[in-house]
Amino acid sequence: MKKFTTFNKLSIILGFSFLYIPIILLVIYSFNESRLVTVWAGFSTKWYGELLQNQGIVGAAVITLKVAFLASTLATILGTMAGFAMARFGHFRGRTLFNGMIYAPLVMPEVITGLSLLLMFVAISFNRGMWTITLAHTTFAMCYVAVVIQSRLTSFDRSIEEAAMDLGCTPLKTFFVITLPIIMPAVVSGWLLSFTLSLDDLVIASFTTGPGATTLPMKIYSMVRLGVTPEINAVSTIMVGLVASGVVVASFLHKRSEARIAKAEVMAGNAP
Amino acid sequence: MVRECRPFIWGAKVCRAYGLQGRSITVAIPYLWMLLLFMAPFLIVLKVSFSEIRIAIPPYAPLFQFIDNSYIQITLQLKNYAMLFKDALYVNSYLSSLKIATISTIVTLAIGYPIAYAMARAPKTWRLTLLMLVILPFWTSFLIRVYAWIAILKPEGFLNMVLIWAGVIDKPLIILHTDWAVYIGIVYSYLPFMILPLYANLEKMDFSLLEAASDLGCPPGKTFWKITFPLSMPGVIAGCFLVFIPAVGEFVIPDLLGGSSTLMIGKTLWTEFFSNRDWPLSSAVAVVLLLLLVVPIVWFQRYQARRNIVDVV
Repeated sequence: MKKFTTFNKLSIILGFSFLYIPIILLVIYSFNESRLVTVWAGFSTKWYGELLQNQGIVGAAVITLKVAFLASTLATILGTMAGFAMARFGHFRGRTLFNGMIYAPLVMPEVITGLSLLLMFVAISFNRGMWTITLAHTTFAMCYVAVVIQSRLTSFDRSIEEAAMDLGCTPLKTFFVITLPIIMPAVVSGWLLSFTLSLDDLVIASFTTGPGATTLPMKIYSMVRLGVTPEINAVSTIMVGLVASGVVVASFLHKRSEARIAKAEVMAGNAP
Repeated sequence: MVRECRPFIWGAKVCRAYGLQGRSITVAIPYLWMLLLFMAPFLIVLKVSFSEIRIAIPPYAPLFQFIDNSYIQITLQLKNYAMLFKDALYVNSYLSSLKIATISTIVTLAIGYPIAYAMARAPKTWRLTLLMLVILPFWTSFLIRVYAWIAILKPEGFLNMVLIWAGVIDKPLIILHTDWAVYIGIVYSYLPFMILPLYANLEKMDFSLLEAASDLGCPPGKTFWKITFPLSMPGVIAGCFLVFIPAVGEFVIPDLLGGSSTLMIGKTLWTEFFSNRDWPLSSAVAVVLLLLLVVPIVWFQRYQARRNIVDVV
C-alpha cells in the first residue's frame, strides 16, 4: 500500500527545484564574466579575485568569523549546561521561567531581541562593538544548543553513568568521562548550528554593533541595497559552499560515530 | 589513573569550599546569563517605552529622578502608546504584518505538505538524503537566499526571461518591490521550517490505517481528510507556528523584496529606530508586537515542552 505515486514524485521534484534553483542560479552567475548579473557572457573567476582586493569585505569577514567562533564556543558551553539542567534536574526552583527563557528566543522576532539588547548595552554604558555582537549571538545561539542537547539526553542510557558513579566516580568526572563523549555528536552539531546562526545574522548584529565592527551580513546588506552585483554572488557562493561542506562533514561524522556506538554495543553483547 | 582525576577532585573541593554543588552551578550559570541578557533587556525596553524622547545620549529621558535625595519622581509617558493608535501607519503595519504572515503560513502549508508527505513515503534509502536536502537551505544564510530572489524577480530577471521566452507573456511582469515578492520570499525562506515538523510527524504515521480505509471502500480524497490530515495535526500546528511567529516580525524580506508601500511592523520598527532615532517610540512598537505574539509564543512553548521538533534538525 505504501506506494510512491507519480504525484509524490512530482511534489518532490517541484519542491526541491523551488528550494534549490535560486541558490544554483546565484552560484552559476558568480562565475559570469559580465557585470550584469542576469546576462551570461562567459566563464570567469575575476569576481573572486576582486573580493580579495576589497578591504571592506575581507575585514568584515574576519570580524564575522571571530564573532562566530567566540559566540558559538561560549554558546555551546552554556547551552550544554542549560540542556543538561533541563533534561536531568527534574523540577527545580524557577524551572518554568528557565524553560520560557530558553524556548522564547527560538521564535522571538529578531528586531525585538536586537532592540532590547542594544537598549541594555546603552543603559549600562557598555562600549558597543565586536564584543556586544558576540554576547548577543551567544545568548540566542545557546538556546538552540540547549534544545539540541536536551533532546539528545532524553534518549540517553543512564545506567552507564550510574555504573561509573557506583564505582566511585564523582558526578563531575562522570560527566566529562562518560556523558560528554557519548553526546559529543550533539555537542558538535550544536556548535555548528550556533556558528552558522552567528555567521548569518544581520538584524541582531545591526542593532548591537558599534563603530568599526561591521559583520559580513551587514556589509552584504548595504551592498544589496545598492543593487545586484557579481561580487555579492561571489561572496554568497563562498558562504554557501562553506556552510554546505560543514553540514555534510558533520552529518558524515555523526553517522560514523553512531555506527561506532552500535558496533561497541554489539561487542558488549547488549544490542537490542 | 589517580593523577588523571586530580582536576576533578580539585574542582569538587573548590566547589565544596564555597558551599556550592555541581548541580546548582550547572543551573545557575545559564540561568543568570539568560536573566541578564534576555530578561533584563525586556524590562529596559518596557521602561524606555514609557519615557520621553530627548536629544541626548541616550536619546530618552530618565523615568526615575531623585529630588533632594529623598523623593523619587517617576514620570510615566503614555504618549508613545497613544501615538501607536493615533497614527494609522502603526495600526496598518500591525494589521498588514498579521495578514501577510497568515497568508504566507497557509501557502507554505499547502506547498510543504505534499513535499513532506512524499518524503515520508519515499523509499527508505532516499529519505536521509531528502531530509539532508531540506535541512541544507535551513543552514545557509537567510540574507543570501532572499538576495537570490532579487535576480529572479527583477523586470529583466530570470523569471521574466523564461516566461517571455516561453511566450506566456510579452511584457515583463512587475513582481519585485510589490507584496507578491514579499509572499514569495517568506514562503521560500520558511518552507524548511514547515517541512521538517510535518515530515517528522508523517514519517511515524501508521500507513496500514490508510489501507484499512481503502479496503472499506473509502475514496483516496476522503481518506486523506478523514485520516491522514487529522493524524498529522501536531506537525501542522508546529510548522504553522514556526512560520507564523517569526514571519510577523520579519524585516529582511519586506525590506529587500517589498516596495515602499509594503507595510510590515519589523520594517516600521527598524525605520523608527535607525532613521528617525526615536528610541522610546520604537520600544513601544516592540512592546505591542510582543503582546500580540505572546499568546502564540506561550502556547507554542507549552506545546514544544511536550514534544521536541528540533530533534529532527
